[in-house]
Amino acid sequence: MRKTTTTLAIGLIAIFAAACGSTGGSASPAASAASGGASNAPSAAASASPAACAKDSLKTATAGKLTIGTDNPAYPPYFAPNTGGTLTKPWKISDPTNGQGFESAVGFAIADRLGFAKSDVQWIVVPFANSFAAGPKTFDFDLNQVAYNAQRAQNVDLSEGYYFGNQSLVVLKTSPLAKATTIAALKDYVYGAQVGTTSYDAIAAVIAPSKKALVYDTNDLAIKALGNKTIDGVIVDLPTADYITNVQVQNAVIAGQFAGGTPEHFSAVLAKGSPLTDCVNSAIAAMTQDGTLDDLASTWLPFQDTVPVFKP
Amino acid sequence: MTSAGRAQRRGPDPRAVRSSLIALVSTVVVFGGLAWIVVHAPGWPAVQASFFNREVFEESLPGLLDAFVVNIELFMTAEVLVLGFGLLLAIMRSLSGPVFLPIRVMSNAYTDIFRAIPGVLVIFVLGFGIPGLGLVDPRTDQRLFGILALTLVYSAYVSEVYRAGIESIHPSQEAAARSLGLSRLQSLRFVIVPQAVRRVIPPLLNDFIGLQKDTVLVSFIGVVEIFRYAQIESAATYNFTPYVAVALVFIVVTVPLIHLVDWLVARDRGGARPRAAATPSRLGAL
Repeated sequence: MRKTTTTLAIGLIAIFAAACGSTGGSASPAASAASGGASNAPSAAASASPAACAKDSLKTATAGKLTIGTDNPAYPPYFAPNTGGTLTKPWKISDPTNGQGFESAVGFAIADRLGFAKSDVQWIVVPFANSFAAGPKTFDFDLNQVAYNAQRAQNVDLSEGYYFGNQSLVVLKTSPLAKATTIAALKDYVYGAQVGTTSYDAIAAVIAPSKKALVYDTNDLAIKALGNKTIDGVIVDLPTADYITNVQVQNAVIAGQFAGGTPEHFSAVLAKGSPLTDCVNSAIAAMTQDGTLDDLASTWLPFQDTVPVFKP
Repeated sequence: MTSAGRAQRRGPDPRAVRSSLIALVSTVVVFGGLAWIVVHAPGWPAVQASFFNREVFEESLPGLLDAFVVNIELFMTAEVLVLGFGLLLAIMRSLSGPVFLPIRVMSNAYTDIFRAIPGVLVIFVLGFGIPGLGLVDPRTDQRLFGILALTLVYSAYVSEVYRAGIESIHPSQEAAARSLGLSRLQSLRFVIVPQAVRRVIPPLLNDFIGLQKDTVLVSFIGVVEIFRYAQIESAATYNFTPYVAVALVFIVVTVPLIHLVDWLVARDRGGARPRAAATPSRLGAL
């Protein structure tokens, strides 16, 4: 019995070693191909011929339809409920299918550029972590406030940015942090963020607090911990902070936003090597150029100019 | 062992050689075949790049091991507390006599409830509920709530293990102890429990294996332990290799413990007689 398990363990380890061993060689070309692809994206976008992006020649997940993914619940200001508060099943809090809210509007605008009528667009639930799982995708592209980074781009195609935004700090109104204006004043507190977000990265990279940060599965849990005073502040991107302070937690405020460096940008997620990537990129590039995206941002995300910026 | 074996002492037993060879070939064929199937699956390159990426593995391992220190703190502390609290519950439950009925009921209800509730819920309720009450310092280290929750849950299991051990001691042991003039508690303390504990060490360690693995659930209340760290790494790289690394760390830590348990069980089975002989001598020492 014991012998069998030992053999089994050795077998397992051998398989992993073999698996890893051959990865070492093949991973780096894949990585360089990915970063090459990312830096070439603008030119690729520019050269994507209109014919290749015509609706009928696009290979979508469901033929003739454009399938867009996002997480459920879908939150304002990226999404909004229907007038009267009704929701299409299975959506909670907001309804992506109505074109209201920033990402819903962007989704339909991209669809429009690709030649899909509003009725040809379907929205499906894609949990954040599933958007970058290996294997085939059930969506054509996914809009879920996914911030671009080069490592993420190795596993999936990340489009041109459709929004450039800063991180911000949400605190309770009663907290001394509510009056802080400099990053130096933020050091000695406990912060929380959602796991796997660039918000979490910003805690270490921008604030570098003296106390260990806590990391939660969702922003909702981080906010609960803020209400409990387990943590002093939650780091989220600015649009989410606006929603939290206006809707979710009445006694919370945005202490400020973190500017400087290159602001992160949100990208649509597509399957690695998706035939749609170039078409989505050229649609976004066109909308950046003609000001469509700016208009959508100032319609749905008007607070970006009013929240104070932390000084170093 | 057999006369045939003794007769051929000079050379290896051909039958043994043959069965070793068969075992070797069969092992190579089975594992090689499985590996071949996996490696030649159509999705293998994608799976390999996202689950078995050496660069990500090497990059994330040092941080994972640092984060694992938190898991070690959690389970070491919880295990010590569980040993004490579980025993207390078991003793409460094995007190006989009508006057102790409320204590038995309490212990019964406790083990029923805490074995029924999923551990992650206990962690959740303590981690988010207790600070909300405003009775304790809201800045209390979240690890303490994790330790408390694991202790509450695993004490319920361990008390059942202890109880089984206590009930497996023949009633004549207590009768003999009482006839020597020991009180009920004294006979529990000096006669019943020492024998019971030794008998239940393997199942006790088994529960500790579960506890060690459940320390990852403490990540739910924000503590950055090995699993949460793997999530952070995984999200930063869009790669699942850190999870595989966590699995390997747990295999390395837990498999020796599992084998220790197996060995103890085997020893107990083989050595039942010597221990039975040891019991009276220990009693004599009293």
